[in-house]
Amino acid sequence: MNEFAKLPDWAAIIIAILILAGAATTLIGSLGLWRLNSFYERLHAPTLGTTLGTGCIVLASMLCFSVLQTRLVLHEILIAIFVTVTTPITLMILVRAALFRDSVERAETLSNMHDGSHPATSELEVNHSRPPEAT
Amino acid sequence: MSAIFLTWSLGLAKIFLALAMGIAAFRVLRGPRAQDRVAGLDALYVNAMLLALTFGIAAGDTLYFEAALIIALLGFVGTVAFAKFLLRGEVIE
Amino acid sequence: MKRHPFLPLAAFGLFILWLLLNQTVSYGHILLGGAAALVGSWALSALRPQKVRIRRLGAIIRLSLRVLVDIVKSNIAVGRIILGPARQERRAGFVNIPLELRNPYALATLGCIITSTPGTLWVDFDATKGTLMIHVLDLIDESTWIRTIKGRYERPLLEIFE
Repeated sequence: MNEFAKLPDWAAIIIAILILAGAATTLIGSLGLWRLNSFYERLHAPTLGTTLGTGCIVLASMLCFSVLQTRLVLHEILIAIFVTVTTPITLMILVRAALFRDSVERAETLSNMHDGSHPATSELEVNHSRPPEAT
Repeated sequence: MSAIFLTWSLGLAKIFLALAMGIAAFRVLRGPRAQDRVAGLDALYVNAMLLALTFGIAAGDTLYFEAALIIALLGFVGTVAFAKFLLRGEVIE
Repeated sequence: MKRHPFLPLAAFGLFILWLLLNQTVSYGHILLGGAAALVGSWALSALRPQKVRIRRLGAIIRLSLRVLVDIVKSNIAVGRIILGPARQERRAGFVNIPLELRNPYALATLGCIITSTPGTLWVDFDATKGTLMIHVLDLIDESTWIRTIKGRYERPLLEIFE
């Protein structure tokens, strides 16, 4: 931890605050993954970590190395850009997969009820809302 | 003085991120359904990447950045492959 | 065989990516990066991407600032929901939004914006009807959300891309 002594006070404090804010935001996001009730709600939680959490820690890293090496160190911004561009893709495919699996299970339950042989035994995960049917 | 503050906050940030990883891992193990596990995996790799960046700041070494970038790349590809598998049942069409 | 069109934006992006990854601006790396950018953008043009036309730098800067502010605000809002009591009067649900945007780049940008403001998720865009389905964590009033998305993000994007 010797190289921190070379950091001026203002930089050290800003870096510390940024890192703490980023880590805390990420932790809150993960807590949401634990606490929220339905799958679609839970999916919102990690975006805290991918936006503000990543942003803060990347900024802190950029500031730290820029001051330590007395030149502009910008390559961490690639991580921020990459995460911003890829998160929508992941989440979009995941939501679609979840909707698809829900609809398949609903259809199976309905057909089972129709047969009469298997009364609806498979309990569906209760969502607060179904997607509005496209009309 | 401020260097000590920075050292402490780095340690605290590492604990936070490790906890976040633990919670994400809990979601991966617990489920209850496959899409929950994939969402947990997604959060897990983002947290791991941030932890790598934090370690990089603590060590004063930009080499950790490369590790973080690779974690981000592989995590993204992995999650998309899993999600795609849930969507169709096959990864490559 | 038709000549592939040159893609200046993609080439420039690759060039900057190269320099950032190598963390230098030395002549050798500028040359290598230039070559990589040319080859990469040439390979990309084989996919024949649709031409992108971006206008109004001012609008881009204003939109980015607005999105940054919104990201911070909605982070705080979602954080409050997560840390709040487990049983609360909150309804999550899907919202259908009719959009005028058709440009794929503009739609991709809108997707990034919507996903990176926590609390809203891009679900599906129906290209034939032009309706976008999003999932909202804290759904108070459907029409408010429609107005927010259309006014705050769609109008500047229309200005920039079309």
